[in-house]
Amino acid sequence: MKRSIIGLFLDENLAADALDDLRKAGYTMDEYEVLTGLPYPEGTFGEDEPKHKLYRWPLFGAVCGFIMGFMITAGTQVAYPLVTGGKPVLGVPPMAIIMYEGTMLGAIIFTIIGVVFESRLPRIFMGAYDTRITEGYIGVTVTTSEDKIEEAEKILNKIGAEDIKRGWE
Amino acid sequence: MQEHIQLNQKEINDIALSSVLETPKWWLPAVLISFGFIVTGLAAFFYMVYHGLGVTGLNRPVFWGFFIVNFVFWIGISHAGIMISAILRLTQAEWRRPITRAAEVLTVFSLMAALHTPLFHVGRPWRTYWVFPYDFSRGVWPNVRSPFVWDPSAVGTYLIASTLFVIICLLPDLAIIRDRTTGLRSKIYGILCLGWRGTPRQWKMQTIVGILLSALVLPVFVSVHSIVSWDFAVIAGVEGWHSTIFAPYFIIGAIHSGVSAVATFMVVMMWIWKGNDRILRPDHLDAIGRLLIIVATTWFLFLFLEIAFALFTLERPEIALRELQFFKWPFSGLFILFLLTSYFIPVPMWMFKNVRRSLPLMFISTILVNIGMWLERFLIIIPSLARKTPFAFDWGSYTPSIVEILIVTETFAFVIFGLLMFSKFFPLIPLFDIKEGMVFRDEIKIGRRTVPASIRE
Repeated sequence: MKRSIIGLFLDENLAADALDDLRKAGYTMDEYEVLTGLPYPEGTFGEDEPKHKLYRWPLFGAVCGFIMGFMITAGTQVAYPLVTGGKPVLGVPPMAIIMYEGTMLGAIIFTIIGVVFESRLPRIFMGAYDTRITEGYIGVTVTTSEDKIEEAEKILNKIGAEDIKRGWE
Repeated sequence: MQEHIQLNQKEINDIALSSVLETPKWWLPAVLISFGFIVTGLAAFFYMVYHGLGVTGLNRPVFWGFFIVNFVFWIGISHAGIMISAILRLTQAEWRRPITRAAEVLTVFSLMAALHTPLFHVGRPWRTYWVFPYDFSRGVWPNVRSPFVWDPSAVGTYLIASTLFVIICLLPDLAIIRDRTTGLRSKIYGILCLGWRGTPRQWKMQTIVGILLSALVLPVFVSVHSIVSWDFAVIAGVEGWHSTIFAPYFIIGAIHSGVSAVATFMVVMMWIWKGNDRILRPDHLDAIGRLLIIVATTWFLFLFLEIAFALFTLERPEIALRELQFFKWPFSGLFILFLLTSYFIPVPMWMFKNVRRSLPLMFISTILVNIGMWLERFLIIIPSLARKTPFAFDWGSYTPSIVEILIVTETFAFVIFGLLMFSKFFPLIPLFDIKEGMVFRDEIKIGRRTVPASIRE
């Protein structure tokens, strides 16, 4: 089992310094993380930019929704044809309305699923966490093997963490 | 000029979560009163179900009355959320921050109110499922050429999209409540926020989803009221309804009433929840007041065009309808009231900065707009039907019955009840959005003035 530690900072610069020192000490980006109570601009703490594929999700959802919309409109009209003289059984303008709504609904639902997935949620075990993060503190967490956790604690202390807590991952 | 109060994260939490963590004295009586109206409305509905639609004022030739007027009205109000949230989010308007959540939540409850109004109207609500293509054993499928099948698909899509929008943007705020409560309550919010921690990845997704969903919901928002307008516009036989301008006219009307409703709700939030006036400032009302002048004037242009194009052809039935709308009592009186309340009283008021920054005056003016916009829908629907047509064997006007009035009142009570319940369990002000705005806000000196500035990515 991995051990987890969190150092709390009030100053953004100190949190950024802590990350720099952790990186210099050989910790990889999988081992450390910054936790904040608001969305800071990317790279504020010198952290790596998170890679994601969120933009693919709505496209996939839109295709699924379009197909569903087509099946509902065309399928139901073919299954129960309302034959009106001089008019096609499949009326394209009304079909387009429902297919459009289906497309948008698919895109939106898949976007939500994509966001949850790409945010790595739901997370069952919180690891090292402190409730003060949502009050303005910046948490720097290190999740690593037991033999490396002592060194991480020393780094966080040296930089000037306001408080340090340990947890299990 | 923005007049903001700089607050730290803890202060923002304290203010915005006061409605969740504390219960004001007025909250329970307000919930009980609104619930009482809901129960009364539902009792009237079941009375109508038992006795049939004969207990309403609906009769030949006016088969669409208060219920449909109310349906269109609530669909209009529901456009508030997306107008405020999506458009202002996409344009990075700073003043949007405290009002997006309230606007989105108002959208969700208005849509629910709108959706259950046709349920009352159909007469046999237990057969409403016929609009959905699921009854495989019956072999009879819905007629997708009918606007009454387009409606549920559009409004349903909008409701699902708006609800998901609210939920996904709530996640960081739910984590704040989790961190500020203890015991079972904390555990429940912990589950609801899906274990949110505030990592850069989570914040990045949260930032992107705001923009992405705004962009996706906007076309839905446009389609919903267009489709609602086509409930009328595709009917060739009713003068006053069969108009190509109806879709944009309905959309801009919806924005007019929706944004006014958001302004009303903002004033109420500033009045009744202590401390909210430190986040929601008069300059927010000022901004929404200025936006309303533009929206209202655009809407008024469409109203003028709708009437002008109808009269331009000089067709006798169209002229007869307009005569009924403008010059025959009681529609003439209602028409004058509609013009005054929806445009000629509020818009000149909003021209003055003092009015835009005054809570009571903004409350009165925006309430007037929605009285006017309700009347607008009434004047579109009822006179168009209550007119003698060439092959009509009988005709008459429409007077709503007490059953209809009680049911319509129920929808208003439902929205108020929904907002009150939401405010008890979830913050109406988006905390992380406010915090982001506060952190990125600074003051810069230009010459001898110090002015607010915002950092943008």
